[in-house]
Amino acid sequence: MSTAVVTRRVTDYRIWLAYLGIGAIVLYCLAPFYWMTVSAFRRPSDQFQNTLFPDPVSLDNFDAVFGPEVGFGRSLLNSVIVAGTTTVLTLIIGTFAAYSLARLQFRGARLVAAIIIATSMFPGISLIVPLLKLFTDIGWINTYQAMIVPSLSFALPLAVWNLTAFFRQLPQELEQAAMVDGCTRGQAFRKIIIPLAAPGVFTTAIITFIAAWNEFIIALSMVNEKSKQTATVAITRFTGAYGFDQPFGTQMAAGVVVTVPLVIMVLIFQRRIIAGLTAGGVK
Amino acid sequence: MTTTTTGPPPTEVAVPPRRNKTSREAARLAALLLSPTAIVLGLVVLYPVLAALYRSLFQAGGVDPETGFVVEGDTFVGLDNYTAIFEGEIADRFWNAFWNTTFFTVVSVAIEIVLGVAMALVMHHAFHGRGVVRASILVPWAIPTAVSALLWRWMFSADGIVNATLNQEILWTTEGFHAKLAVIISDTWKTAPFIGLLVLAGLQLIPRDMYEAAKVDGANALRQFLSITLPLVRPVLLVAVLFRILDVLRMFDLPYVLIGGDKRSVQTLSILAFREANELRYGPAAAYATLLFIYVAVVAYMFVKLLGADLLGEVQRSTRLSRRGQRRLAREARP
Repeated sequence: MSTAVVTRRVTDYRIWLAYLGIGAIVLYCLAPFYWMTVSAFRRPSDQFQNTLFPDPVSLDNFDAVFGPEVGFGRSLLNSVIVAGTTTVLTLIIGTFAAYSLARLQFRGARLVAAIIIATSMFPGISLIVPLLKLFTDIGWINTYQAMIVPSLSFALPLAVWNLTAFFRQLPQELEQAAMVDGCTRGQAFRKIIIPLAAPGVFTTAIITFIAAWNEFIIALSMVNEKSKQTATVAITRFTGAYGFDQPFGTQMAAGVVVTVPLVIMVLIFQRRIIAGLTAGGVK
Repeated sequence: MTTTTTGPPPTEVAVPPRRNKTSREAARLAALLLSPTAIVLGLVVLYPVLAALYRSLFQAGGVDPETGFVVEGDTFVGLDNYTAIFEGEIADRFWNAFWNTTFFTVVSVAIEIVLGVAMALVMHHAFHGRGVVRASILVPWAIPTAVSALLWRWMFSADGIVNATLNQEILWTTEGFHAKLAVIISDTWKTAPFIGLLVLAGLQLIPRDMYEAAKVDGANALRQFLSITLPLVRPVLLVAVLFRILDVLRMFDLPYVLIGGDKRSVQTLSILAFREANELRYGPAAAYATLLFIYVAVVAYMFVKLLGADLLGEVQRSTRLSRRGQRRLAREARP
């Protein structure tokens, strides 16, 4: 009887500790994000209020974000174009590479995989300096392609790595059975692998899109015209519509606009994204 | 070896040549499928690295030694851009950026590992609220670094929430050690949960019966952590740490937006190179970029060599490792 009580007390205390830990993690992750959202919904005149909830709630900061002075809508569109094109190109090119790394047995496969991973580790700036010079010479400054092409340098290795991990998980027997039944390798790939790998391709698309959407230094270097700036660059360059040193309220509102679609995507696809992020590291 | 078909059809007798043909065919197909990736990476990675190396040997303008006139275009200056980096005031700036970069890397990654492992352990032992935690842990990861830098700049502002909470009046975003601290805090916030996520995935691969066996043998929680958990998540942790180290070494967005590119206290090598390029001094910028590249390559090489981080780790490998762990445990358990 007494031992049972003791064990129960130990379990109780463990459960409470676990809850406490979980609470701490959630608070740690969400508190700054919550503060950004709360600050965005304050009136510009209440900007420095430190209450936990905005009083009164105001959309003035959001009006400023999309007002004619800031013109954030255009920057969002630019970001969608750059990140979207980068993702589509990356998936098309990366799927072929990942398939051959996961399925074909040829000499040097490990070496090729190692080289592709290694390229993702190169510091961005050492690629940007020469590309900036090159793009200046060929008149690509202030174009979308000047942001899309360098973005492939980090997006492609990321996608190939993820896709390879996904393709490896698919049962090889299905594809072989199709080939025994008279499919060519190409047909087996199209009819068996692609439909089976669709979730993996989709996850890779999300991860690549987020990486491209969050890109900063390339967009900052390659574009100086306001009409071509992506959202991440534009947001850091806001000038005050309300006469503060730095228009933090407007910036927080824009931050919410940039982040909320990503957060929603993350909430919907959290299982898949986590599977994708950890696939390369664990498997 | 290359083909694992379920047995050749009876009509085909000449098996060895066919195998040969299949593997050659596979190699040709692989080359075809890999060529777009090779071309793209060659264009956006290999070419720039080589071009940076080449460009770092030139300087814009300059004076012709014979005529004394200013030369149009670029002049070959050999290693002058590099030697200039290690002389006088520029050397001061370079070493400052070098130490800042190194300091950020060592301190941030160390804190992130501790926090990340702690988070992973909590999540691993929690029965309730896993979904909530998993969703919230992805939020810092999904926020663009530039936006998170602005968010922290707002929180660290003179009248901001951080000072209000601490009841202090620290000017976080001005020159000084507090600026470094602000960078480290914001970087840790964004990436420690990510490490936690990777480590959690590693923890979930450890079979529960190992802990049961250890418990039967009388190992306490700390002993279990040191003898089972740590050795078995090591491969995952090493890969995560390597990626984080390389990421911090090239850090740009965070100090640039949070504190400012002109602040000495947080200037990293990336910021230094960016500023040179922005002032159209491509030669010196390329020299900085090349030095950073070499630094990153050396660190990555040493990391892989010394600690044996296995980037290409495959399933067989991790099971082999865990088998080794099991053997070690069995050895240790023996009286």
